[in-house]
Amino acid sequence: MAIFLTEASKVIVQGMTGSEGMKHTTRMLASGTTVVGGVNPRKAGTSVSFPQGEGTVDIPVFGSVAEAMEATGADVSVIFVPPAFTKSAVLEAVDAGMPLTVIITEGVPVADTAEFFTAAQAKGVRLIGPNCPGIISPGKSNVGIIPADITGPGKIGLVSKSGTLTYQMMYELRDFGFSTAIGIGGDPIIGTTHIDALAAFEADPETEAIVMIGEIGGDAEERAAEFIKANVTKPVVGYVAGFTAPEGKTMGHAGAIVSGSSGTAQAKKEALEAAGVKVGKTPSETAELMRQLLS
Amino acid sequence: MDLFEYQARDVFDKHGVPVLGGIVATTPEEARAAAEQLGGGTVVVKAQVKTGGRGKAGGVKLAHSPQEAEDRAREILGMDIKGHTVHRVMIAAGARIAEEYYFSVLLDRAERRYLAMASVEGGVEIEQLAVERPEALARVAVDPLVGIDRAKAEEIADAAGFAADVREQVVDAIQKLWTVYQQEDATLVEVNPLVKTEDGRIIALDGKVTLDANADFRHPDHAELEDAESADPLEAQAKEHDLNYVKLDGSVGIIGNGAGLVMSTLDVVAYAGEAHGGVAPANFLDIGGGASAEIMAAGLDVILGDPQVKAVFVNVFGGITACDAVANGIVKALEILGDHATKPLVVRLDGNNVAEGRAILRAANHPLVTLADTMDGGADKAAELAHAAATA
Repeated sequence: MAIFLTEASKVIVQGMTGSEGMKHTTRMLASGTTVVGGVNPRKAGTSVSFPQGEGTVDIPVFGSVAEAMEATGADVSVIFVPPAFTKSAVLEAVDAGMPLTVIITEGVPVADTAEFFTAAQAKGVRLIGPNCPGIISPGKSNVGIIPADITGPGKIGLVSKSGTLTYQMMYELRDFGFSTAIGIGGDPIIGTTHIDALAAFEADPETEAIVMIGEIGGDAEERAAEFIKANVTKPVVGYVAGFTAPEGKTMGHAGAIVSGSSGTAQAKKEALEAAGVKVGKTPSETAELMRQLLS
Repeated sequence: MDLFEYQARDVFDKHGVPVLGGIVATTPEEARAAAEQLGGGTVVVKAQVKTGGRGKAGGVKLAHSPQEAEDRAREILGMDIKGHTVHRVMIAAGARIAEEYYFSVLLDRAERRYLAMASVEGGVEIEQLAVERPEALARVAVDPLVGIDRAKAEEIADAAGFAADVREQVVDAIQKLWTVYQQEDATLVEVNPLVKTEDGRIIALDGKVTLDANADFRHPDHAELEDAESADPLEAQAKEHDLNYVKLDGSVGIIGNGAGLVMSTLDVVAYAGEAHGGVAPANFLDIGGGASAEIMAAGLDVILGDPQVKAVFVNVFGGITACDAVANGIVKALEILGDHATKPLVVRLDGNNVAEGRAILRAANHPLVTLADTMDGGADKAAELAHAAATA
């Protein structure tokens, strides 16, 4: 099963013909993702050749998301366009009714995200990101930039705000493997939240336990803790980054800023523990807690 | 980026929000000239610092003449308010205030839209009001696709209970403040207090504006608003190289890739430091995805330029970034820096091409570099080296 992304997912790439899009389309194909098309109005009707296995595969370029969906039955779009063009790319996918749109782009103005998130919600389109590494259901499909060779399929579900911290945790638990690992991004407004992923993992028969990685800023972890208490029966292990972050300084992610007493790592840890989540002090200790649960 | 009050005033003015005259001054003489320019009558001399509580700290003073404005400015300039040195004062025209109100519009992260808040009980700590008398603070959701149009502004004004005599002016001011929010790509616009003067005018007397740095590409004029002089010199140097750097107080320099992993590295180093004399991280530095030799050299240069740093921990998980590229980056960076590199470096690499990366560092056999197998082990080693260097 996995969540949001399965072996049946058909993926198109918005921005496939750009340098980032080319690089990551190659990687996605190499990790078994079914990429069925790219979108670029100026190159509609052409195709791009990518290496696949011993040979190559030609991926067609369409003029619009709607045309790509019509021609290929695509149900996932991944966006690799620069920040200034991200809003129109997402709105195009939303207007076409793309069921899942993954936005990798970093540096999107939050006003743009607020707009396209509102539009997506009205249309019932699920967004992941922006400013996220994407989603991988190991052995099935990989959409975004998460390295596919860290680990394979397994029974742990992972949801995280951070990219490299996701990789670190997958690496720590590489002998167990993952049903799905999803990087939801560290921006102030994101499409898919910890709670959305937790609900999906709870409902996914392939997922037996969940790792939730948070970081300072906002109150998403506190709200996730409430959700876990009320709705999640599977064991959850948590980690929160940013215990040593000073107040009022932005730590890389636009959302990672501590203001006042709320939003601190300590407050998040306490909220999660109150919901029965075991919280590790470090990534390795968090992995160890998960090991104890699963062995 | 948070704006100073005088910058917020200027931005308000640009979008037609009613404000009083205000002129920024960096010397007592400029303050005097500003007071003269404002008519020579009563003015308020206000410290320009990006922190609250300046009134209590003595950073806001009344002056009845240009001479008094100069004297008050002399007292206030150079003051320290909660760790912020006052480099500028704003000379603001005086006003006879009849009533004080509150208005703000901001990003509502939890609901993923905007939130407008208004109260007819302004001029107080709004956080306190929100807790003690939540019914006195109207909270109105704003749809990002619609914004604050006239109907929404009326809804906000009426929810807060503005009286009939000021309602029309308040509705107009709210719409203009929304224009500021939207057209400047702000994430916060706050007016506290919004006042009614004795002659019945509505005026934004003090403003806080936070701008979204992600939107800088469509606001070339926002570069002028940056506060270059009070930025930490190392932070300024890092910014020149587009590095994401935050100076902290400890002695273990940190370089990593990805904001979350770097934050986590700071924590792990702080824990490891507990066993090594309480050493702590010296900085946050995220070199991002493409760790080229140039980026690594620029990052190391910033960190080695911090006299507090005694040892450096480089913690990289190669996702897109290949570890061999990072290793080459470190080796070349050490070459570029030459005699500048004097502090021990603990390097932990994992992920994409890790074997090649470690082999490159082993072959280079640089006397300052120690390889670590794990993040915890690397943090411990770096903390140990920093402690040893500090006690040597």
